[in-house]
Amino acid sequence: MIENIQLNSEGKLKHFLSIEGLNKTLLTEILDIADSFIGMNDQQIKKVPLLRGKTIVNLFFENSTRTRTTFELAAKRLSADVLSMSIATSSTSKGESLLDTIRNLEAMFVDMFVVRHAISGAAHFIAQHTSPHISVINAGDGQHAHPTQAMLDMFTIRQVKPDFSNLRVAIIGDILHSRVARSQIQALNILGAAEVRVIAPKTLLPSHVESLGVNVSHDLTSGLKDIDVIIMLRLQKERMTSALLPSESEYFKCFGLTEAKLKIAKPDAIVMHPGPINRGVEIDSKVADGPQSVILKQVSNGIAIRMAIMAMAMQKQGAVG
Amino acid sequence: MSQIHIKQGHLIDPANHINRIADVYIAGGKVVSVTHEPAGFKATTVIDATHKVICPGFIDLSTRLREPGQSRKATFKSEAIAAASAGVTTMCLQPDTNPVIDTPAVAELIKELAEKAHYPQIYPIAALTRKLEGTELSSMLSLKQAGCIAVSNAQQAVKNLLILRRAMEYAASHDLLVMFRPNDYWLGNNGCAHEGAVATRYGLPSIPEEAETIALAQCLELVELTGCRMHFGQLSCKRSVIKIYQAKKYGLNISADVAIHQLHLTENDMIPFDSSYHVLPPFRTEEDREYLRQGLATGTLNSICSDHQPHDIDAKLGAFPETEPGVSSLETLLPLMLKLVEQGEISLQQGIAALSENPARVLHLNSGALTVGYAADVCVFDPELTWQVNAQNWKSQGINTPFWGQQFKGRVTHTIQAGKIIYSLE
Repeated sequence: MIENIQLNSEGKLKHFLSIEGLNKTLLTEILDIADSFIGMNDQQIKKVPLLRGKTIVNLFFENSTRTRTTFELAAKRLSADVLSMSIATSSTSKGESLLDTIRNLEAMFVDMFVVRHAISGAAHFIAQHTSPHISVINAGDGQHAHPTQAMLDMFTIRQVKPDFSNLRVAIIGDILHSRVARSQIQALNILGAAEVRVIAPKTLLPSHVESLGVNVSHDLTSGLKDIDVIIMLRLQKERMTSALLPSESEYFKCFGLTEAKLKIAKPDAIVMHPGPINRGVEIDSKVADGPQSVILKQVSNGIAIRMAIMAMAMQKQGAVG
Repeated sequence: MSQIHIKQGHLIDPANHINRIADVYIAGGKVVSVTHEPAGFKATTVIDATHKVICPGFIDLSTRLREPGQSRKATFKSEAIAAASAGVTTMCLQPDTNPVIDTPAVAELIKELAEKAHYPQIYPIAALTRKLEGTELSSMLSLKQAGCIAVSNAQQAVKNLLILRRAMEYAASHDLLVMFRPNDYWLGNNGCAHEGAVATRYGLPSIPEEAETIALAQCLELVELTGCRMHFGQLSCKRSVIKIYQAKKYGLNISADVAIHQLHLTENDMIPFDSSYHVLPPFRTEEDREYLRQGLATGTLNSICSDHQPHDIDAKLGAFPETEPGVSSLETLLPLMLKLVEQGEISLQQGIAALSENPARVLHLNSGALTVGYAADVCVFDPELTWQVNAQNWKSQGINTPFWGQQFKGRVTHTIQAGKIIYSLE
């Protein structure tokens, strides 16, 4: 169990590092608050003063466009001052340790770090070693967790299918290397989904995957039966060179989502993907751009969910409400 | 030279089948009697061992003192004190120092550092292959002549089995003991945690037990082929214990040990991302721990080592996979062994034998016993004395232990090395 450094003594969100250790009430609260922000997208002035005067630093030790941009926009819409740093090309390449980088930024009176790092546990480590007044939001650590992505996915699912208890969800692809999948599985189980199914070849499944609370299938055709929500995962090119898969084309043949395969799922099933998409590798363009796809909705929802989480994590300091 | 009289302790000397209240008399650096006071004996020091256990000093088959090369982590001086306070009187030093123990000069430097630290009984283990790179043989004979007690490739896997075969053949030609931690490089895949539910949940790069068992199986075949004297170190899982059991039954000339912390901790005990639990091989399952304990109780694993690996704070300060593996473990060796006794896993005699008599046999040393005429390496401990692992009590420079802050029962009160008192509890 993650000892709950995520919550303060009153049980309020302080850091957001992992879905594990959070309960259904808190996850629902995040979704509800995000709901209240979603209307802002259509307004003339897309800003609220909730985090005015606060300084947020986006620390991206790993490249990202979508996640970094939505975090940045979310912070700006909350009226925070935001600074985005790509550390991959900065001081750590000069040999500065992770902790030194953090301490230096801390000395500049930062209120929140949003961290993406290629190593599992990095956000947790930073949360344990920053000053008590600083909040840390995990924007993806190694293969461990990507909890804001999972929450925006839950948000997107809830928009279309409000009752989780009826839902059968399939997550398809590279579960082994996916922090997104781990966080999604935890969130779906906490929110009470009827079934979470993972569909992948054995080489892309971690050992003891069942212990995460999922059913396992190695066949997309039979695996898609009765499914309400299909989540496709991105397939990294490196998986071919490390002998996990023979070729992209063989992968597409077995696990690529095509219109024909989509028909096996429930007729009103939705198709999701955390992006970026590899068209023709894990998903056919016709499906990605088709009527059942909610992929772009996920991106828009990313802003509202990140606003909600940032606002809640800052609430502990009395900055909000 | 001082004459020491250890009075009225519970003497446990497994090699000599002694398990009773007795006195030990030491003169000229040697044990002179364990029954009656020898004629003309005049004690310069008397140690009252009432309600305490007297046993042979402990022999540690796998230790790292970090010198030469990494004195920021630990020094001979700091770790000699830690070892003495833990009842350890002999240490075998793994060759992964910097420079590696692959030339007689480094072996001699180690002897010198040991003398300077007033802890002479430190035996370097020579590198099995040059620079531990697994490509060329080290000068094993010269290293043996320079005082190396065995050869090992430390944590580095020997990827090429032909090289391993030749290294074993060459070691066998010079009657050198090969110490080996089985670990397949490719299957290990740069992992940092046991391939199981915990690593899966936290997304940690993982090491399957097959990385150990397959390397072990290959090596057992090579033992048969080469006739080399082999000791397998720091085994971590069920099927390794079974393989050792079968190989011994089959008649191979092998022995094996387990690191003390592997007998206690499993993947489920790990506090997520707490780097003090980062060890190699990783903590595995409860079933594995059960087999390791049984292996020890039945003698399949004949020795317990500390696998002491002190680190500086920075080495353990980072995200779990990026931190350095290893536990600073000399000082918890005795209390953790006693805990196994308390839990009914082994008898006290077995525990002491696994720390003294048996490693002495592995190393072909005339020690690990309180035999008259042997160098007097003695540990006296109070099995009931409780103490806490904290800054006040800890001696090692490395505070990297998952047991930090815990309360333990059993504490060394006196350590005697070759007739010299090197530690007494204030």
